[in-house]
Amino acid sequence: MSNLKLISILKKYGKVKAIDNLNLEVQDGELVTLLGPSGCGKTTTLRTISGFLAPDSGDIYINDRRITDIPPERRGIGLVFQNYALWPHMTVFQNLAFGLQMRKLPKDEIKRRVKQRLETVRLEEYENRYPRELSGGQQQRVALARALVLEPDILLLDEPLSNLDALLREKMRFEIARIHKESGVTTVYVTHDQTEAMVISDRIIILNKGRIMQQGKPEDIYENPANKFVASFMGNTSFINGTVVGFNGKYTLVKTGDGLTIYGIGRKVKKGENVVIAVRPENVQFVLPPDIRGGMKSNNLFSMEIERETYIGEVVDYQLRIKSWSIRAKSAVSNKMTKGETVKIYLDPDKMPILSE
Amino acid sequence: MRKILMINKKLFIVTLEIILLLFSLLLIFGPMTSLALWSIADKWFWPNLLPQSIGLDYWRQALGVQKSLAIGAVSIIPAFFLSLMIAVITVITAMSIAIPAGYALAKYKIPFGMFIFFLFLMPNAFPQQPIFVNLLDIFTKIGLAGTIPGVIIVHILVGLVFGVWITSATFRSIPPQLEEAARSVGASGIRTFFRITLPLAAPGLLASSVFVFITSLDEFTGTFFIGLPFVITLPMTLYSSSGYNMQFASVIAIILLLPSMLFMMLIQKVLKAEYVGGMG
Repeated sequence: MSNLKLISILKKYGKVKAIDNLNLEVQDGELVTLLGPSGCGKTTTLRTISGFLAPDSGDIYINDRRITDIPPERRGIGLVFQNYALWPHMTVFQNLAFGLQMRKLPKDEIKRRVKQRLETVRLEEYENRYPRELSGGQQQRVALARALVLEPDILLLDEPLSNLDALLREKMRFEIARIHKESGVTTVYVTHDQTEAMVISDRIIILNKGRIMQQGKPEDIYENPANKFVASFMGNTSFINGTVVGFNGKYTLVKTGDGLTIYGIGRKVKKGENVVIAVRPENVQFVLPPDIRGGMKSNNLFSMEIERETYIGEVVDYQLRIKSWSIRAKSAVSNKMTKGETVKIYLDPDKMPILSE
Repeated sequence: MRKILMINKKLFIVTLEIILLLFSLLLIFGPMTSLALWSIADKWFWPNLLPQSIGLDYWRQALGVQKSLAIGAVSIIPAFFLSLMIAVITVITAMSIAIPAGYALAKYKIPFGMFIFFLFLMPNAFPQQPIFVNLLDIFTKIGLAGTIPGVIIVHILVGLVFGVWITSATFRSIPPQLEEAARSVGASGIRTFFRITLPLAAPGLLASSVFVFITSLDEFTGTFFIGLPFVITLPMTLYSSSGYNMQFASVIAIILLLPSMLFMMLIQKVLKAEYVGGMG
């Protein structure tokens, strides 16, 4: 049973606050992802937890033991790096055994634990290879095994998949999720890749400028972004600016400067407030002529011109224009429309978050 | 037709490569061939293209096998061992300064780090003669002039440049994550240094030791000012004979070259060590 607690962590570089009063709690067995653009403080946070960086103020606890002043080697934290950081002068076996030797375990115990851990990452035949003889994906699995073989209280992963090619990265996401489930270790995972975060996380924490922008389950964050930053970071979001003009049942009405009225869901907005509507491509529905029936609401129906169409394999990606707004949309390849065409689209008001500017 | 052209082109490139190789071999080994020839020439007067008579007299004399005053050569064995001893002590001392200094300069933010870095460069940044004349003055006052320790100190000063620069570059090339990974699995800072950093840095450290060694073996100016007339190293004997006795000078030159070449071969072997390829 292990949990991690960060209380009011502050870390400054000169005048810039890399971490700005961060509070974070990770429950036993949970996989939490710190997600954000480069420079958002996620790696700084990780280095503070691992002990390679001392916070200016604040405290870190593992299992209610204060570890703020304890050196990295006595924190019981496993680390996995973006560049794997396997020791090139040691074989896979020696890489895994090193930490166990530091704990002065008997030889056959070390052998047993290394073998068992290599099995979990499915690399049992590679124990006598050197890191350079392995592929990137295999190296990263060794790095994962090396961190896990000590059965750490907390596992920290720093963009572990960023050096892999797209195809392998996709596979490794599921592999990491599987290994996490099997080992049940409390994990903090740092990435800038939102898809990666969605696949593996129990909870996502979105960071910007050293502050938590939003946290929650992947689907909650995706569907109910708390602010413009989160909406822009998750998904391929287009924004329409406007002013709240009124409310209608559960919907909020927004009027744009050029006269469009759009219905959406506004949680914390007031009348007269300047807002943005977050439009995601999957929420833009093309309305084909037979669909325009009497029963369909006329709210949120717009005529738009296709500005650009790009075939990207499974779908066609469009840029649509209405007045001064440009939004992204997707359609099945079978319905491909061409540039210059005018189409009717429907923006489902239940899926149009209205956010403070 | 096209195929023939292709073969011809290939032939042309191979021929060109061979010519270039021979040319570069000539550039590198040409002067040495002349040295070798001179070292075995008993008689070689103008305008003969090759020595009129050859023999190993100078070699025998230089290696102390034969003693005669006829050909103006002396045994260089004492000078050789003196040079070797000075070089070994210089390497050990200089490296035990250079390794910690290089590590600190590479891994920590040291106030005035760059300044300290350039301090090590100083003895080589200025013309050496004025520096050593000054040093002679100081050494005479404190009784180090004309002594072996005095000469060793000079060699260390000159050798530290290579020592510190190469070691710090070596340590800098080791990704810090390799050390952090070791710390995270429970190794203390010292253990991490000896189990991870040092083995990874070994090729670079060896290379820098070799540079220090060769620098000491060949060092002339400092030894000339500080060491003479009591400390006579191999380059000193070479200097005193080079004016009038080409044969003897050639023998000494070849003997001076030998350790350097042996070490260069050693470096090449070690630097090819496979794990270097895994870094980066």
